[in-house]
Amino acid sequence: MTEPTESTNKVAPRKDSTSIVKKTLAKRYAAEKRFRFYGAAAIAMSLAFLVLLLGSILVKGLPAFVETHMLIDVTLDSKTLGVEEGATQQQLKAANYHSLIKKSMRGMFPEVKKRKAKKELYKLVSTSAEYKVRDQLMANPSQLGETISVWVLADDELSSFYKTGALADRSKLTHTRLSEQQIAWASTLEEQGKLRKKFNTTFFKNGDSREPEQAGIRAALMGSILTLLITFLLSFPIAVATAIYLEEFAPQNRWTDLIEVNINNLAAVPSIVFGLLGLAVFINFFELPRSAPVVGGIVLSLMTLPTIIIASRAALKAVPPSIREAGRGLGASQLQVVTHHVLPLAMPGILTGTIIGLAQALGETAPLLMIGMVAFIVDIPTSVTDAATVLPVQVFLWADSPERAFLEKTSAAILVLLVFLIVMNAAAVFLRKHFERRW
Amino acid sequence: MNTKSNTSAASDAFDNLKETVGVVTVDDPKMSARNVDVFYGEKQAIYDVSLDIANNEVIAMIGPSGCGKSTFLRCLNRMNDSIPTCRVTGEMSLDGEDLYGAGLDPVLLRARVGMVFQKPNPFAKSIYDNVAYGPRIHGLASNRAELDDIVISSLQKAGLHEEVQDRLDAPGTSLSGGQQQRLCIARTIAVSPEVILMDEPCSALDPIATARIEELIDELRENYAIAIVTHSMQQAARVSQRTAYFHLGKLVEVGSTNNIFTNPRHELTENYITGRFG
Repeated sequence: MTEPTESTNKVAPRKDSTSIVKKTLAKRYAAEKRFRFYGAAAIAMSLAFLVLLLGSILVKGLPAFVETHMLIDVTLDSKTLGVEEGATQQQLKAANYHSLIKKSMRGMFPEVKKRKAKKELYKLVSTSAEYKVRDQLMANPSQLGETISVWVLADDELSSFYKTGALADRSKLTHTRLSEQQIAWASTLEEQGKLRKKFNTTFFKNGDSREPEQAGIRAALMGSILTLLITFLLSFPIAVATAIYLEEFAPQNRWTDLIEVNINNLAAVPSIVFGLLGLAVFINFFELPRSAPVVGGIVLSLMTLPTIIIASRAALKAVPPSIREAGRGLGASQLQVVTHHVLPLAMPGILTGTIIGLAQALGETAPLLMIGMVAFIVDIPTSVTDAATVLPVQVFLWADSPERAFLEKTSAAILVLLVFLIVMNAAAVFLRKHFERRW
Repeated sequence: MNTKSNTSAASDAFDNLKETVGVVTVDDPKMSARNVDVFYGEKQAIYDVSLDIANNEVIAMIGPSGCGKSTFLRCLNRMNDSIPTCRVTGEMSLDGEDLYGAGLDPVLLRARVGMVFQKPNPFAKSIYDNVAYGPRIHGLASNRAELDDIVISSLQKAGLHEEVQDRLDAPGTSLSGGQQQRLCIARTIAVSPEVILMDEPCSALDPIATARIEELIDELRENYAIAIVTHSMQQAARVSQRTAYFHLGKLVEVGSTNNIFTNPRHELTENYITGRFG
């Protein structure tokens, strides 16, 4: 066997090693403690920013969920309306409700005589009051000639003023476009119990409007849902099929390497470029409708594809090769191995990637501007070819408006966007739990 | 004795090795390999190996790490097909049919030549579904009752039925390591293969689980041809009837297990058996 040499002495433990290690211990523990502190501080800071952000959005946005109604007495006299007893629905629809509302406003404050003062008075009520009265009369034509009391929407300036409680305490709202005269009328109305606050259903029923009190989120919400639906239906199957082919079937050669590099690069392309592509190819060349969710969905899926492909490939790679061997060893074909064993195990990861991709698509504005989804949409889109806008674009549009009520609505729209996102994520978590299996 | 001179003597013996010592053929072979070379890209992993696998017999393949025994085993049911750089030349056949010819489909081949792997690898499914998977994809059972029969008899043959009979719905991964490996054996048996290949089936198991698997291999010998790769010489001695010794991609010696372990004829075999390397 081997001869003993000097080198065997080196194997013996150093006598002073314990004291040396002891000396370094305090330093090592201090470093760890410091690092933990940095970590905790970082988390605390990000939490604080999150709370600040959500808090400010909530404070600004919550008033938008309340609307102010005003009780007016309207005399449906046929002379002002310009219709006869027994008029058809068509005639009732075209009647002059504008003058009717003006008349009833004058009726509440008979002392107002001057032209300018009258104009200010009319401004207290929303233009939607005409439609409200019209719909009521059209439903009950027999009411013609009677005097009815109707709760109608108040104008947005009055609404903002009233909602914040500034009527009782002016210091609550420093800036208003209401005149002193208008504020005095509002006080009178409140004393008579003719003002009330209600949950803002208009916001969820209407599309966009020039009048803040009538503007709603419905059109943008529907637009977002339809656009994301198209995005999901296109990008999920294509991306998963691509990932499976590249990961499980494709031979490793220069072509697949090239494809891989390109997919990774696509993920880093600025989104507006996809918008330009959509404009040039889908709208100008294929002549698909402008501003439509179908084009938006196609453009956003181009943007989402690389994200889902990369995440899906990572999820497929993470499935242990032993599972594939077990399947093949039993005589399963390659496709059976993938669909029966690999895909179910990779599904949670694939879903996570899909949600990240769709969340990106949901918040995207730039490419949609290029294909005309920045339009002013009043009608609620019902199909993927109707003109539509999406939530982030609506936020962008409202953020540009000077009225105080639009300021509230901007924050409220952001809240709706966040809730949408949370619902989407919750669905993904649910699906992931459903698919998750241990091995 | 000097280790250094011993190693160089061994390498001389390896360089001089022209052909396998002992009889590589058997009467009525189930599978046979003739002059098989295997390459991984440029690198040759197996040199000119000829070996028969007989019915109702366990053949053990032993040898130091990297000697090509697992590679050879995996060629027997074309598991190496998935490695793009792997190339096999020479002849391999099952019941006289060429494995790498056009006639025998790899999916069909794997249904006839089952495999048990080094690490237990149950599917992420229930115990029942693990065993039923093979019969299901091959359409071996025409109704649920038949499938139940196959699953139960396979579990019984693998000696696992008693332990799991009241929790067939539990996930296969909830079993212990030894049970998982027996589940994998049951899964393989369920397809009714003719040959079972085992690639170090006990290397991840404790001695008690190993003993159970070895017992099981001995019972399975009655109905199957079995080829087992193992690192443990004691295991080879316990379970096999014939032993093949591989060294650096060459098949050095084949013979009855008794002869190999008591009276090895080649110097390399003797060195390995007596524990001088490996």
